[in-house]
Order: sequence, then structure tokens, then C-alpha cells
Amino acid sequence: MSAVLHPSGRGPLEPTRRAQWLAGILVVGYAILSLIPLVWIVMTSFRTPQDAIAYPPKMLAEPSLIGYVNLFTTRSRVSAEELASLPPPTTWYEGLVRDQQMILAGPSRFADRYLNSVLIGFGSTLLSVALGTLAAYAFSRFRVPGKDDLLFFILSTRMMPPIAVAIPVYLMYRAVGLSDTHLGLILLYTVVNLSLSVWLLKGFMDEIPREYEEAAMVDGYTRFQAFVKVVLPQAATGIATTAIFCLIFAWNEYAFALLLTSGTAQTSPPFIPTIIGEGGLDWPAMAAGTTLFLLPVLIFTVLLRKHLLRGITFGAIRK
Amino acid sequence: MKFTHKPSTLAAALLAAGLAFPGAAQAQAKQLTLCWAAWDPANALVELSKDFTAKTGVQMKYEFVPWPNFAQRMLNELNSKGKLCDLLIGDSQWIGSAATEGHYVKLNEFFDKNGIKMGDFMPATVLGYSEWPKGTPNYWALPAMGDAVAFTYRKDWFAKPELQAEFKQKYGRALDVPKTWDEFKQVGQFFQNRTVDGKKVYGAALYTERGSEGITMGVTNTLYAYGFEYSNPKKPYDMKGFVNSAGAAKGLALYKELFDCCTPPGHANAYMTEDLDAYKSGQVAMQMNFIAFFPGISKDPNVGGEKTGFFPIPKGDKQFAQLGGQGISVVKYSDKKDLALEYMKWFAQPAVQKKWWDSGGFTCLRSVLEAPGFETSTSYAKVFLDSMKIVKDFWAEPDYAQLLLAMQKRSHDYVVAGKGSPQEALDGLVKDWTEVFVEDGKLKN
Amino acid sequence: MSTLDIGGRAVPAAGHLAPPMPLKRLQGLSDRALAWLFVGPTILLLLAFNIFPLIWTIALSFTGYRANRPNADLVWVGGSNYSRVLADEDIWANMQATAHFLCWSITLELLLGFGLALLLNKRFKGHSFFSTVILLPMMLAPAVVGTFWKYFFEPQYGIFNHLVAFFGGPAGFTMLGDTTLSPWAIVLVDTWMWTPYVMLLLLAGLRSIPPYLYEAAEIDRASEWTKFWRITLPMVLPFIVLALLFRLIENFKMFDLVDQLTNGGPGSVTELASIHLKREAFEKWRTGYSSALAIILFVAIYGLSLVTVRFLDRVKQR
Repeated sequence: MSAVLHPSGRGPLEPTRRAQWLAGILVVGYAILSLIPLVWIVMTSFRTPQDAIAYPPKMLAEPSLIGYVNLFTTRSRVSAEELASLPPPTTWYEGLVRDQQMILAGPSRFADRYLNSVLIGFGSTLLSVALGTLAAYAFSRFRVPGKDDLLFFILSTRMMPPIAVAIPVYLMYRAVGLSDTHLGLILLYTVVNLSLSVWLLKGFMDEIPREYEEAAMVDGYTRFQAFVKVVLPQAATGIATTAIFCLIFAWNEYAFALLLTSGTAQTSPPFIPTIIGEGGLDWPAMAAGTTLFLLPVLIFTVLLRKHLLRGITFGAIRK
Repeated sequence: MKFTHKPSTLAAALLAAGLAFPGAAQAQAKQLTLCWAAWDPANALVELSKDFTAKTGVQMKYEFVPWPNFAQRMLNELNSKGKLCDLLIGDSQWIGSAATEGHYVKLNEFFDKNGIKMGDFMPATVLGYSEWPKGTPNYWALPAMGDAVAFTYRKDWFAKPELQAEFKQKYGRALDVPKTWDEFKQVGQFFQNRTVDGKKVYGAALYTERGSEGITMGVTNTLYAYGFEYSNPKKPYDMKGFVNSAGAAKGLALYKELFDCCTPPGHANAYMTEDLDAYKSGQVAMQMNFIAFFPGISKDPNVGGEKTGFFPIPKGDKQFAQLGGQGISVVKYSDKKDLALEYMKWFAQPAVQKKWWDSGGFTCLRSVLEAPGFETSTSYAKVFLDSMKIVKDFWAEPDYAQLLLAMQKRSHDYVVAGKGSPQEALDGLVKDWTEVFVEDGKLKN
Repeated sequence: MSTLDIGGRAVPAAGHLAPPMPLKRLQGLSDRALAWLFVGPTILLLLAFNIFPLIWTIALSFTGYRANRPNADLVWVGGSNYSRVLADEDIWANMQATAHFLCWSITLELLLGFGLALLLNKRFKGHSFFSTVILLPMMLAPAVVGTFWKYFFEPQYGIFNHLVAFFGGPAGFTMLGDTTLSPWAIVLVDTWMWTPYVMLLLLAGLRSIPPYLYEAAEIDRASEWTKFWRITLPMVLPFIVLALLFRLIENFKMFDLVDQLTNGGPGSVTELASIHLKREAFEKWRTGYSSALAIILFVAIYGLSLVTVRFLDRVKQR
């Protein structure tokens, strides 16, 4: 029989309409339930600090941008007389700050931290996925001496609790001058993510039948060319999935970022909980920081969605 | 052959760079990094320090870490001789360790040279924030931020005529600021589950945090009130009968009673933030918290202004308040110690200390505190003065962290999780603390 | 006939299956060279970054070193740190709390994640949108999740109690303040956060099942159940075990979510081994002792992983 071609993503048998409906309802139900906390966080970012801790909780509250303003600025409190003696506010956000009997003292370091997170998060993801793909392919296809042991070694690098290695890593970094540098964190996160990316990608690569590369090589492609032209496209789902997991880890990592960085290379996770408002946590500002911080990962995932949900598409080769 | 030219051009380049470098280095040098916890007073200090920059041209950089991670981050830095901080406003408990390990610069000489007298500062703050060993004139920090645990209360609720009447009927006295722990318990029970302004409210928000130091900072207030002592005044580290005396057990039992009778549901892991949230959201009539937060509370739109009053820790057999606060120190590993000392000299000036108070910092300088009109300068000035007269601090030993963690566990197990009896908890605490001191060589087994 | 359509691109096809590999080794870089080139950088990086800290930690575990006493003499204590760890009854309580947490959170995550993946695989309208939406919880930082859930669980101004009452459940409970409820609170929050992880992995696994297998089964008139049992499950099983493996490793180490949420309380009811480790290492500064604890935990997870990987290998050979 000849190879049967199918458009991407569709199985040979479509589930029945009824099954689809049922599936849809269950999934939507779960999605709504699991979204409630997130929606609440986003809503909190648009409330005043008083409404955020309203007792009992308010479903609807007057929206305010004070959370976002507090996130991006530092302020200080002044006495009423001093406030009255100042010239009127020039911008809308200065007005909001003045309403709290405070004055604008300058920008906060949130924007810097955010950029650092982008650089370090995406940088390490790129590196760990690239290296992981190569290694996974090799483990999947070649006879590497000591393969199983090597693979388990790679896995074991993930097992040590970060708390335990935090001090040695800190000292190591101080010694080689990687402390508080972007490169330092990128390398560290890459290393931590390598175990995940190698194992995941090997899992995906194992599922890709070898017949295709071998067919391609018979026809004149080198192993490397076959890898690039034949295997990689089929591994797109696996690569996309792995990239998302790696990014999420690097993006949200807290323990090492806290210890190994300060002024220059600090990322957002250690910074967001420092958003102390007047008297305790500034819930709207923290919610604002959380909301904004979620966006790049979300956008990345949405962009990769096509690859994520593509199935392996190839024809059947009858043996 | 072709290599002979390269070294000379290279050398020339290096030389040029080297000549340029000192200039660049010098332009960089006028900068100090100050490390503290991330909270309101820190923001106030940033504002205040602009004066220092204006006067000396030294740029200030700040490293603020949230309280839950402050100790870990800073102590790690000090333990590894890090150069991140030139100035550090460290917790009073770190003094023992910092002095013994040589993390801080000893300040006696500096003080003498610049006419800074420790007598100018409130004695309790000198003892608590600067001295190690305690009670000896060895100074490792300048008292920077005075603080203690005290209470805020809803003056507006206390003033309601119907509540006044009901309370008078029930307890035979006016509903007023509690002066003793018994009175406090009565007020707490009175408000517990009462409907005020259409909402169910509760008696008090107390410290119950398991994680860092919360419940200890709360429990010590009732413990001290009934005779708890850290050790025999005549024999250091002799704890039996002082830590686990009958009075101490009574104090611990009282804290559990207050937790059970008079706190909001779910208030089982609360420290500064949670108590603030409970109070500001209108859940409780009284709130235990550090005085450092009182300026912010008094300005709160919901509960500030005339609605809030303050009172110091109530009396049992004795009256003590748990000490908070910090001193400012110069880090031994800094390359800019002289510059850092300049900052300290500036900070110690009476005029600057006055401005520090005005912007929300809690000065320890007597000339500011004892000036006429200070007590009434703000709604919380009086409770600050009164509280600082009755402060008592936790261990400041180099091993304070282990002592603290043991007390956290024992207190939380008993007060919140209801395990065992107060006497058992304190006996267990003596055992834990003895182990720490034996390991440290301060006690023989 | 002469080209294969792979992912929409034409690739020259073989007229027949490829001859065995050894003949191909001479084309371009040999496979052996490629293998080392591909695997080399990974191994090198891992060695550089992992060996030193691991050796350091092992070395420290035999000393009485305290990081807050850097100037004190280094005392060799042999295995006494290890015996003290194993003799400490608190550690066993921690391990129990950890086991409860691991067991329940992973079971729930696997069940829910697999269920969701199967449902999403039915490709109903909007399935790709909802699959992205469901992923959101795992994109948050664990410390932030812990902080906000603490806020949600607060009975007075948090929404959790109100929602439960809304759906007809009991009011007046405190998730975090109750010694029986708080272990379930941490399971709940972890499941909420990481079910999407399992779902994503399993969905990708489901999508990689070649359609011709189902086609063949259809031709043989297999029932839905048979198709699931004989095709879907075996093909997805490696991914399920992979998900199990990684969730196991992650949750064993994880502490910032639970630390923020409960601090290990009330009492020490939710004090996981990892939280205890943090306290020993960074609050009590008993570096030698905590290194021993870390090594013990490492050995435990190493053992568990070994078992899981063996299982994975067997599953793959089916």
C-alpha cells in the first residue's frame, strides 16, 4: 500500500461529536476553576491596597493603577505641610502618589530586573535546548560508550537540593568572578536545565522512527544533514515543550538568584517580594509585578503553540 | 620575527589604559553601598541620605532585602567576607556573631575621635544594638533605629457608647487601654466574635509566625511579664529554673489562652505583615506589632488618624517589651571604611537625627527624644518612649539563630499545634538550649 | 513515490529501507565523531558545575564546619553528622511529611494531567486556546504562588473559604491553621501549580503516537477501550514515567512554595525535609550537619530515581 498522507494534527479517526462536547465541557470547567486564583491576582493588581485586604473580600472594587505606579517607583512620605508647599503634580501618576501623602522619589529597579530576567531566562533556555537537542540525538541514535551511566549521571545533576550546593556555588562564582554577572546565571540555569532537556528530548527523539534519517542517508545526506533536515522538524513538538519547561524554570528561579546576584544581574523573582509598601506588603504592587512578570512566558508559550500541538506527521511505511 | 612589534604596541596600549585607569577608578570611588532590610524606614533613609550626598558628593547605593531573607543573604555575605556592603544596618541579634568573627569594625576609637558619646544615646539602645559583650564598653554599631513590640488599638471602637456601657456592665470598669494582661484578655474576649459596624470582628492580632522569629517575638512579651529569665543573673548559661520557672510556664500558658480565645480564625502563622493586614482590614480591635510600623498605620486611610491609638505591652507581675531595632555598622571587609565612617559621622549629628525622626525613622539620640514637645510630636511618640524604657532583648550570642529556632519550634508546637503542656515546652527548650551551648563550648556536658 | 512528505516538506525517499548503519559511517563526519561532538559540551558543562559543589558538600559532611564561624578550626568528625541525622526523630517526622506530600501531589497530578491530556486530545473547538490557558499556573514563580495562596487561604479576606461556602461546602475551617488540613493545603496548591506540567508532557506524548496505529486498529474493528489499552497507554507510558520521574525529583527538592505557604507549620506538621535542610544550612549555619543531611536526601532521591528509570527502561522495551 502506498503511504497515506494526513494533514497535520488530525488522527485517522475523529472523535465523535458527543465525545468532543463532553471533553470540551470538562476541560473548560477545569480551566475556569484553576484560573480563579490567577484572575484574582490580576484583579488585585488593579485595586487599592485597602481593597486588596477588604474584609469580607470585595468581588468588584473601584479600579486603580496605584499598584502599577508603586511597582515602578520609589516614594517617600512627607508631612502635610511639605506636601502643600510643593508645586502641583505634572503627571497622572504623580497625582496618584500625592494622594497618598507621598512624593515621587525616583524609579524603582523593577524595569532593570525585568530586563535581566528576559536576558538570563531566554539566554539560558536557548543554550540548554540547543545543547540538549544535540546530546539527546546522540544518545538516541548512536552507540555512546557508557550511555546508560552517562544518562543517569546527567539526571543525577538535578537531584541535589539547590540549598545544599548554594554555598559552594557561591564561593566558586566569587573565585572565578562570575558573581553578579549575567553570564554566571545563564550558565548556572543552563546546567540545571540540561538534565531536563536531555531526558525529555531523548524521549521524543526515541519516538521518531529511524527509518527516515536512514532513508535520507541512503539518498546521499550525511548524518548531520539528515539530523537537521529530517529529525529536527519532527522533533519540533518535543523541542517546543522542552523550551517552555526550561524557560519557566529559569524565569522563576529564586534561590540562586537571591544569593548570587545583587545590583547588576539580579532578576525579578528576588525583587518582587521586596515591594514593601507602607506598613507591610503592597499587595496590588506585588500583584502588578506578578502579572507583568507572567507576560513574557505566556507570550512565548502562545508563539510556540503551533509547534506544541502539532503531532508527528509522516506517512506510513509498510514494513 | 613578526612578533617583535606586537609586544610594544600592546605595552603602549596597556600603559595608556593604565594611565587612564586611576582617573576612572577615582571617579568610581566616591560611592558607598548601604545594606538593610526592605521596609518603610529604609525608604525614609534613602531620602534622608540625599543630604549626605549633597554635603560630601558621595553617591549612595542601596541593597535592601526583604526581612524573611535578610539574615540569610547578609550573613552569607559576611561569612564569606563579601564586599557588597560598606555599611550594614544589621539586626541587633547579629552583634555577638559579628563581633566575635570580626565582621564589624570596632567603633570605640572612631567615636572618641569624633566626639560621639554613647551616653548621648538611650541606654537600652546602646546595650541592645551596640555592645558586645553585653554590659561592656565595646561598641560595634551606632544605634540607628529604635524599636520594640507594642500595641495599636481601635480608639473609635473603644469610644462607642453602647460598647462602653456593655463593657462596664460586664466587667465593672470602663472600656479603656488595658494596663495588665488580665485586662487585655478581658478586652480581647469582649471583642471576639462581636459585630461592630456590621462586620464580625475579633479581639487581637498576635505574633504567631513559625518561619523566622515571629512567635518568639510575641511570646517573650508574656513570658517576661511573669518572671522568665534567659539565665541566672549570677551565673551565665545556667538556665534551669529561670527559663522553665513556674512563672514562665504561666506566661506561656497565657499566650496560648490569648491565641485560642481572642485571635481571628486562621491567624496561626502571622508576623508583621499579617498582623498589619488583619488590623487594616478591620478584623481586630488590637494589634501587636513593631513600633516601626506605627507611622504607616497612623496614615492609613481605613484605620488611621483618630481611629487608632497605641499602648505599650501590658503588665503581668513585671512589665517588659520585646526589643526590636538595629544599629548601623561598618563592614570590616569593605574597601571604603573611611568613607563609611564619614557617613556614620554625618548620621550621628543631632540635626540629622531630628530629621530622621521626622521622616519616619526611630532615632535613639537622647537630645531628640528628651526635647520638650517630642512626646506629643506624633501620635506614636509616647508609646515609643514608654516602650523603650521597658525593653528586654533575646539572646545576642553568636549562636542566637539556633537558640531562636529552638524557641520557635517549641513555642509553635505548644501555642498553635497544642502539643504538650507549657512546662513541657519550656523544659524541652532548656534541653535544646543546653545542647547549643554545650556544642559551642560554653557549657560543659 | 520518489519523495516522502515529512511535515509538509519533500525529502528524497528511499526506494527501499536503508541498509544497516556501518556502511554509512564514512559519509561526512563519522557517527562516532558526531556523537562526541554532540554529547561533549553537555558532559563538560555538567562536570564543571556539578562536580566541585558535590565534592565540597561531601567533604563538608564529614566536618563540623559552621559557615558562620569561618575562622574556626576545621574539625573532622567522621560519620557523626550522618549518625546524628539518622538518629534525629524530627527528621523522620519530616520524611513522613515529605512522603505524604510527594505521594498525594504526584498521584493527583498524574491523574488530572493525564485526564486533561486525553480530553484535550479530542481536539474540540478551542482546545488549543484552553490548553494554553490551563498552562498558566505553572508559569508563576513558586515563591509568589506560596505568598498569594497564603492570602487566598486566609479565612477573613481570602477567597478560598468564600468559594467553598459558595459551592455548598462548610465554612469556618482554616486550611493553613489546622494540623489536619494543612498537609492537604500544600498538596492542593502544588497540584494546582504542576498539573499543567504533566498535562503538557503527556499531551505531547499523545500527539507523537503515529496515527497509522489507530488506523490499523480500526481496520481490525477494535473498541475504544481496546485502542486505549493497547495503543494509547503503552505508547504514552514512557512519558508518564518521565513525568513521574521529574515531578518526583522536583518535589523532593522543592521548598520555597511550601515555605512561603506554611513555614512548615502549624508546629512542624508540614515541615518537609527540604525545609528542615534550609533551616539547618542557612538559619542555624550548621554547614557540616546540613551537608550530611543533603547527601542523605540526595541518596534517597537517587535511589528512587534509579528504580523509576529501571521501570522506564522496561516500559520502553515493550
